Amino acid sequence: MRYSLIILFFTSLWVILTSDFSYQNFILGILLSFLITLYTGSLFTQKIYFNKLHKILFLLLFFIWELIIANLRVAFEILKPRMTFTPGIVEIPLDVEKDIHITLLANMITLTPGTLTLYIADDKKSLFVHTMYLDDRNKFISEIKNGFEKKILEAL
Amino acid sequence: MIENIIVVLLITGSTLILISAIGILRMPDTFLRMSASSKASTLGFSLFILGAIFFFGDFGITFRLLATIIIIFITAPIAANLIGKAAYKSGSKLWHKSKTDELKDTDID
Repeated sequence: MRYSLIILFFTSLWVILTSDFSYQNFILGILLSFLITLYTGSLFTQKIYFNKLHKILFLLLFFIWELIIANLRVAFEILKPRMTFTPGIVEIPLDVEKDIHITLLANMITLTPGTLTLYIADDKKSLFVHTMYLDDRNKFISEIKNGFEKKILEAL
Repeated sequence: MIENIIVVLLITGSTLILISAIGILRMPDTFLRMSASSKASTLGFSLFILGAIFFFGDFGITFRLLATIIIIFITAPIAANLIGKAAYKSGSKLWHKSKTDELKDTDID
């Protein structure tokens, strides 16, 4: 049941992406989706609850907002004649446990300019983040935890 | 009207990419350089692609370009993460004004 949904999803993606609505292309899409699902279907085991759609949308908007703010901040920092920022590598303890949450959090931290995920601890309990602005260690950690991490936990 | 939007998007995008190129030259260590360059790969490219979407205004192309943004946003941080890890492991020095290095005592495999 779930696999047929994945095949349907991939097929419609294929048809829209190639923007060729003939039935030959549709059959090719089904064949390709079937092959892809055969090899990667076991990856799609985690359930996503779509009744939290507004939370996911909110997370996305929050992420775009943070992205723009961080971009302007780093751009300003680059153009300043004297470099006054204080970088450092900080260990952030994690509350999220599922792999997909950790991946999402690490990717969002990296995509925001100024911060960079360097390493995930082997026991998946903490994240090592390089940041450009380390004025106060605890404040930086709580910013990440109350910002991205909390919203990811709410959304997924 | 639509041409003005395209021009604004492309100029903002290329300005951001220019600033991040300057950042790569100016920043004192590898990790700061990577932080500076992540601007080009996120907002810079996204603005460029948005400009292209407005330019073509075609459903199929719009969908493909949006898929491009999503794929960049999924793959770029993974590459950055691996490059950062490799740089740290191969002994790239932190800037002398860096405050802490809490990764120092951890074994990276």
